[in-house]
Amino acid sequence: MPGFATGGGPTAAEGSESPGSVEPPGSGRTGAAVRSEDLPGSGDTAGPESLPTGQPVKFYQVGSFAVGNRLLDPSQRTVQSDALRTNALDSGHRACQGCGEALGARYALDAAMRATGGSMVAVNATGCLEVFSTPYPESSWQIPWLHSLFGNTPAVATGVAAALRVKGRPEVRVVGQAGDGGTVDIGFGCLSGMFERNDDVLFICYDNEAYMNTGVQRSAATPPAARTATTEAVGDEPGNPFGQGKNLPVLAMAHDIPYVATATVADLHDLEQKVERAMAIRGARYLHLFVPCPLGWGAAPHDTIRLARLAKETGLFPVFEAEHGVVTAVSQIRHQVPVEEYLRPQGRYRHLFDPADPDGPPARPETIRRIQEIADRNIARYGLVGPGAPGRPAGPAGPAEPAGPGAVGPSDRSHGAGEAR
Amino acid sequence: MLRQIEGSRAVAETVALCRPEVVCAYPISPQTHIIEAVGVLVRTGALAPCEFINVESEFAAMSVSIGASAAGARAYTATASQGLLFMIEAVYNAAGLGLPVVMTLANRAVGAPINIWNDHSDAMAVRDSGWIQLFAETNQEAADLHIQAFRLAESLSLPVMVAMDGFILTHAIERVDLATQEQVDRFLPPYEPRQVLDPADPVSIGAMVGPEAFEEVRYLAHLRQIEALTAIPAIASEFAAHFGRESGGLLRPYRCDGANTVVVALGSVLGTIKDTVDAMWDDGLAVGVVGITSFRPFPAAAVREALATARRVVVVEKAFSIGFGGVLSTDVAMALTGSGTPVTTVVAGLGGRPITGASLRECFEAAAADRAEPLVFLDLNRALIDHDLARSAARRRSGPTAENVLRDLGTVASGPT
Amino acid sequence: MFQVRIHGRGGQGVVTAAELLSVAAFFDGRWSQAFPSFGSERTGAPVVGFCRISDGEIRTREPVSAPDALIIQDATLLHQVDLFSGLRDEGFVLLNTSRPVEELGLGALTGPRRDGPGVRVLTLPATELAIAHTGRPTPNAVLLGGFAAAGGVVSLDAVAGAIEQRFAGPVARANIAAATEAFRSVSARCKECDHAPTD
Repeated sequence: MPGFATGGGPTAAEGSESPGSVEPPGSGRTGAAVRSEDLPGSGDTAGPESLPTGQPVKFYQVGSFAVGNRLLDPSQRTVQSDALRTNALDSGHRACQGCGEALGARYALDAAMRATGGSMVAVNATGCLEVFSTPYPESSWQIPWLHSLFGNTPAVATGVAAALRVKGRPEVRVVGQAGDGGTVDIGFGCLSGMFERNDDVLFICYDNEAYMNTGVQRSAATPPAARTATTEAVGDEPGNPFGQGKNLPVLAMAHDIPYVATATVADLHDLEQKVERAMAIRGARYLHLFVPCPLGWGAAPHDTIRLARLAKETGLFPVFEAEHGVVTAVSQIRHQVPVEEYLRPQGRYRHLFDPADPDGPPARPETIRRIQEIADRNIARYGLVGPGAPGRPAGPAGPAEPAGPGAVGPSDRSHGAGEAR
Repeated sequence: MLRQIEGSRAVAETVALCRPEVVCAYPISPQTHIIEAVGVLVRTGALAPCEFINVESEFAAMSVSIGASAAGARAYTATASQGLLFMIEAVYNAAGLGLPVVMTLANRAVGAPINIWNDHSDAMAVRDSGWIQLFAETNQEAADLHIQAFRLAESLSLPVMVAMDGFILTHAIERVDLATQEQVDRFLPPYEPRQVLDPADPVSIGAMVGPEAFEEVRYLAHLRQIEALTAIPAIASEFAAHFGRESGGLLRPYRCDGANTVVVALGSVLGTIKDTVDAMWDDGLAVGVVGITSFRPFPAAAVREALATARRVVVVEKAFSIGFGGVLSTDVAMALTGSGTPVTTVVAGLGGRPITGASLRECFEAAAADRAEPLVFLDLNRALIDHDLARSAARRRSGPTAENVLRDLGTVASGPT
Repeated sequence: MFQVRIHGRGGQGVVTAAELLSVAAFFDGRWSQAFPSFGSERTGAPVVGFCRISDGEIRTREPVSAPDALIIQDATLLHQVDLFSGLRDEGFVLLNTSRPVEELGLGALTGPRRDGPGVRVLTLPATELAIAHTGRPTPNAVLLGGFAAAGGVVSLDAVAGAIEQRFAGPVARANIAAATEAFRSVSARCKECDHAPTD
């Protein structure tokens, strides 16, 4: 029988690669065409030898979301699938069930540990990650770790990096990490200073779009219409107002630092590769990681990864890389999803729907339309949808311009599951 | 080596001899000359290896120092007044974490009203933070205290600030005997951290501590400050042996033998006080002086002993607790509990107002004759006060106080009176 | 203890003058202290510098209220600021001006003292001398040369040493030359006028 057992993963239906998704007409996306010679041995399933010559074979799981994918060449497997991973953030911490930040931190730091040969120091802001990982007298950290204050993490990381330099230990790398509050609001001044000096620190922002640890208050990263404790879903304009937003990845790019990237916990390969890429670079680097918070968002704990994927697939969270202020790679949306599908499973958007008929037509279609506008604008800005012409540099500056010589096109480096590598 | 040198420069060159490895600061008057001078020394290679980082705020300056110290480097910074308050969260953090950062505090008044001149209100704002606070009487002592500060901080794992009067000391040019590199190296060994971020031996620094252990962690810090009461004189003693001069220590009495009235103070005003007191002795009035160097930890036992034979105490201080009274004098009174010795508080020099020997003499004579009020504001311009009180009483919308007073003084010549 | 107060305007090097004077005293083997008045200084605003010179340690920090000598770097201050406040009876004033003393209307300011020889006022065209030697109208070093002659408090050699330590080669040399000329000029006149009163 052609194909492989899919288990609980994506269905083998032609053209459909994720449960429940609707393939937009004419998207023409194809999965990886893997040549039979590339396959690792898999004795107990029907091998490619049984297939007619010339018929392309679609192996959906090869680049699948599964973390422990053993169908990949060992060199392409994730850090997480490695039994010898460092568990920099070890189990036993007090995070909530389904915590996106705990997941993201584990992914990111284990990847950083592999990239640095285990030679790194982490500096952490006050917040959920810090609180749930170090309840005195215990600590979940297997790496050297420093927590100072809420708003000074980038500056403290700068200090650690300076000390390591002066002590003649440049091989020890520094990661600074904070939630969106500690990065985008109270930590912004110090972060900008760190960028401006090009200090040798990778700063990771775990963005769950509000001050979660203190009880879900809004931050500058809270999206419009979202309910938080300080933007309650009451009054004429329930939830967070439609403001200017504060686009940290773009602000980071405005400092022309060597590397800026966004990622989500839905695509582990992508995240790990970005961390590895970041660690190969010296100077100020910034990674903005989208991490759903079930408690704060009023979402089911088992939906964390799905919501992260939907954020990307709607266009609300663009996934890209940039170097020295220019976007160098964009992770394209495989099947664009209307924002409504992303909003419905979240309690923080409940007021947009009809409480008497939560699955029925939205109660506030106008608000949803405005959110859709944001998604559409991102898609246009970054070229998130469409075949992505080779050499087309996409970016927040506006519609794509003709490629200049040597410009890196999105199709060269995109990392969506199932795409060509 | 003897030099005729600006106070800031003396401190900068001495700090450089202490081999700090990470130096950062954000500019604020009157500390700028110190940091600028250290910066030049790093650039020319005279101070190496050293990372000099220009930070974007004082909060960042203390934060960079925290990170550097936690990673095992000897860290130094400097600030004053508003800058100290801007970094105050990090100041408490450094002490709470037990990191031996050394900082120069170029004492300056805290606004509003904004004022760039000297007083001690900045130091007083952080007196409970857990930092050791040493006050320099002269630029010689300011330089010397930094050498002792690094030694003290690292041996106790507590941060130390050296307070020196802004402008009055920082911008004064006077004779200083600067140490040599050999002298400092013999006195100050390389920094050996109690806790350090090291991949070979990972630790988590900065855990959250709940009700079950917080009091104990605080008490341990308290014990270390008490330990400082022994360490400070010991280090001062060793300093004297190495460098051949007295500097630092807990406090220094001057002509207290046979003095019924003793004046207590911090910092550079002690010079003016000593000259005044000498003149009074010449005129047959016996007034002694106790100069306190270690303000935190407050050397209560030593103060009590130094004031044992005084019949009355006058505390001259450059700060006060608004609505209540003196700060230093409250600590002195506490040390004298049970002795029955009256304490007069003389608040002087606020916002840089010059403290003259003549005014001090008048105060001391009144105290010696038991004529002094318990709380005195030296050289207070009562006319200005009365005029402003009358103005506020006459009209609700009387305007900003500071501007009104300046206009009365003739400093500002605009607007209605 | 000898106390000097230096008056001028921001930008004329008053603070440097006080510093140089204190360094000169140091080179002469004496204790000295210099500090500015710490005002909000801007170019053109009145500025005051202080210097104390003694054979022993100087402890007091208060501003100089009873100077033994004044150095006035800018004559336009004469009738705008109370420059002579506290000046001691046998004190002297070294004034930067090219105009003769009689034209300055100082009588009312310095007053003939009843029981003393009165305040000596010595004038020196320091700005002109500075321009002639250094090309710049900064009179401070020049005035110190004159001061060395007028007061006998510091030596010319020490003043020259202080200038040399503070400034780069050619600038130092030019200033030393100007200060030396000022020294000679004041020396010569002091032999003549020796404590004559102002009027």
